[in-house]
Amino acid sequence: MQITSPAFKENARTALADPQLQKALVHVRSGFIDKRVKAMDALPEFDALRDSARAIKDHTLTHLDLYLERYEEKVREAGGVVHWAETADDARSVVLEICRAAGARTVTKGKSMITEEIGLNDFLEKEGVRPVETDLGEYIIQLRGEHPSHIIAPAVHVTRDQVEADFRREHDHLRPDRDLSEPEALLGEARRVLRAEYFSADVGITGANFLVAETGSSVIVTNEGNGDLTQILPRVHVVIASIEKVVPTLEDMSQILRLLARSATGQDMSVYTTVSTGPRRPDDPDGPEEYHVILLDNGRSSMLGTEFQDMLRCIRCGACMNHCPVYHAVGGHAYGWVYPGPMGAVLTPSLAGIDKSGHLPNASTFCGRCEAVCPMHIPLPKMMRHWREREFARGLNPATQRYGLRAWALFARHPRLYRLATSLALPALSFFTARRPRFRYLPLAGGWTRNRDLPAPPSRTFMQQWREREAEKQGAHA
Amino acid sequence: MSDEIRKPPRVGLFVTCLVDLFRPSVGFASVKLLEDAGCNVEVPMAQTCCGQPAYNSGDRDDTVAIARNTIEAFEEFDYVVAPSGSCAGMLKKHYPALFKGDAHWETRAAAFAARVHELMSFLVDVLGMEKVDAVHEGTVTYHDSCAGLRELGIAGQPRRLLSSVSGLEMREMRDADVCCGFGGTFCVKYPDISNRIVEEKTSNIKASGAETLLAGDLGCLMNMAGKLQRQGMDVKVRHVAEVLAGMGDTPAIGKGNR
Repeated sequence: MQITSPAFKENARTALADPQLQKALVHVRSGFIDKRVKAMDALPEFDALRDSARAIKDHTLTHLDLYLERYEEKVREAGGVVHWAETADDARSVVLEICRAAGARTVTKGKSMITEEIGLNDFLEKEGVRPVETDLGEYIIQLRGEHPSHIIAPAVHVTRDQVEADFRREHDHLRPDRDLSEPEALLGEARRVLRAEYFSADVGITGANFLVAETGSSVIVTNEGNGDLTQILPRVHVVIASIEKVVPTLEDMSQILRLLARSATGQDMSVYTTVSTGPRRPDDPDGPEEYHVILLDNGRSSMLGTEFQDMLRCIRCGACMNHCPVYHAVGGHAYGWVYPGPMGAVLTPSLAGIDKSGHLPNASTFCGRCEAVCPMHIPLPKMMRHWREREFARGLNPATQRYGLRAWALFARHPRLYRLATSLALPALSFFTARRPRFRYLPLAGGWTRNRDLPAPPSRTFMQQWREREAEKQGAHA
Repeated sequence: MSDEIRKPPRVGLFVTCLVDLFRPSVGFASVKLLEDAGCNVEVPMAQTCCGQPAYNSGDRDDTVAIARNTIEAFEEFDYVVAPSGSCAGMLKKHYPALFKGDAHWETRAAAFAARVHELMSFLVDVLGMEKVDAVHEGTVTYHDSCAGLRELGIAGQPRRLLSSVSGLEMREMRDADVCCGFGGTFCVKYPDISNRIVEEKTSNIKASGAETLLAGDLGCLMNMAGKLQRQGMDVKVRHVAEVLAGMGDTPAIGKGNR
């Protein structure tokens, strides 16, 4: 998808001025947070699980090549095919080849961020294959011609009223006077429309929450069951997953699974957890005839062994964005690429380049709430700071910022000079301000005073006052 | 030996650049609280800033230079105390990480970090203070500043001491532990987003009905005070140390300085 992260500031301004979006974002602020706390409180071993999950992923990443090869071997043993894709382009080509070989005109899709990352829908449409999103949220935004604004709740930016209007516009074969006032009615209508698509699809495409090396299985979790219909009914099932999704064993997968839904939606488990291994076997009641897995790198292997490796532990629960004050303010689209919020602020520069996404790791107050709630203990603020260091080293941040910083640092590095400068500056400023208690405007401080007053500094620094106090004390003793 | 133990601890006060420039009364309140608790307080003149503006802007070289100065300036003290969770967090948690791989400075930074404490935590967790001798008639609400809360675990300590202030009634606000939108340079680099976040905060402050807003970090306090005043809200804003030191009758933030 087209990256608009360079326009983050403009995107944010638009988002802040969008009343519909602001109304929708209230749900993120309230719902997810309380539910997560409840689920966590009900599981005393939650923190021990987090430590264990981190250890599992760290171990896997250290031996990633080994586990991926083992995974491939097991998929092949089960009768499936593994395709290695270094780039988004490679992955798209493989999908198209499979679709062409299957003579596919329609493909159904389970919810998958990785297919967003490779821009699969636009590509397939251009190639004459019709993709149909089957997750309700994804279906809504596909109708709207949008992209997800949240990694687990893709349509969280859309209000119920907007969905109703979209359905009335797009489902024009249904009676116009039907009642769509309740969310259940909208869900029911989407289900009925999608039911027909499941049966007409030739290929079903899903992502994967986990790949299990021990068994060659792919695992998806959903709440609507749409993923299962997507992967069982069509003749061909294609799994697209990035390489860091692999875990060694089913037991490892189960442990991390216990963190996933609790951190994401506050559920103990998602409604459906589906493990698929290879195509349909002779005795199976159902399942696809062909089973393909596309393993996508797309820049991830270059994160291994760097200060960004920890990011590859991410299980895409969305807890970081659910707790991020910046995400709460502007929503996901402002970030300008596939992955929003704190995890996106670290991942986007890795995958799409820091020169295009420099704003993202900077647009954080470093409040640390994302790291505090991350089930995989990913030090997100620390990694955003690493990106800032890389930007600074490459001279990518604005010149005014750099020179201002260097000038300030010149004083901060030299205490005597600093004391002198501050002891001269305050009396001068105090003269200028004529003893007003605060400013509504101050030259060079427009970023601050545009939205808030600035308290006026005193006429003498603490250090000056302290020195005088100490001198007085000495005088009194003498 | 027993004389050694009874010797009052020597505390070096890390004033913080914002307190030095904008709110000296926080420095004097900190000194009073520490002296009342039996400490000998000194203020090394060789301190400037903890280095966060450089550190959080990706300027590692300047940060390291500032960190070295700070460590040297405070090396002789038993404790280093700062009236800010954010600056104390920088000194305690981030300085050691800065010197990773430099054996000499890593050791010095680790020894330094072990002696650094945020003011509230020092009073309660290290000195075992349970109450203060102060009066503050009125209702207050307390904002948990992010770094103090999440890096240093400051939450119960200020509330505990505040509960001993005579006449003070605590009115907790909703989402007291959510960021106020200050974020150091963030608030001027992304003013629109910062503004939205602080608006959310001031509406929670207002809803608490408290007359006074307290917190332990001057950056956050100036941000919230500035917004409250721009909105014409009559909530007084102070550093928690001022109230605990019985200095809550001086002009509030943005209402004048001595």
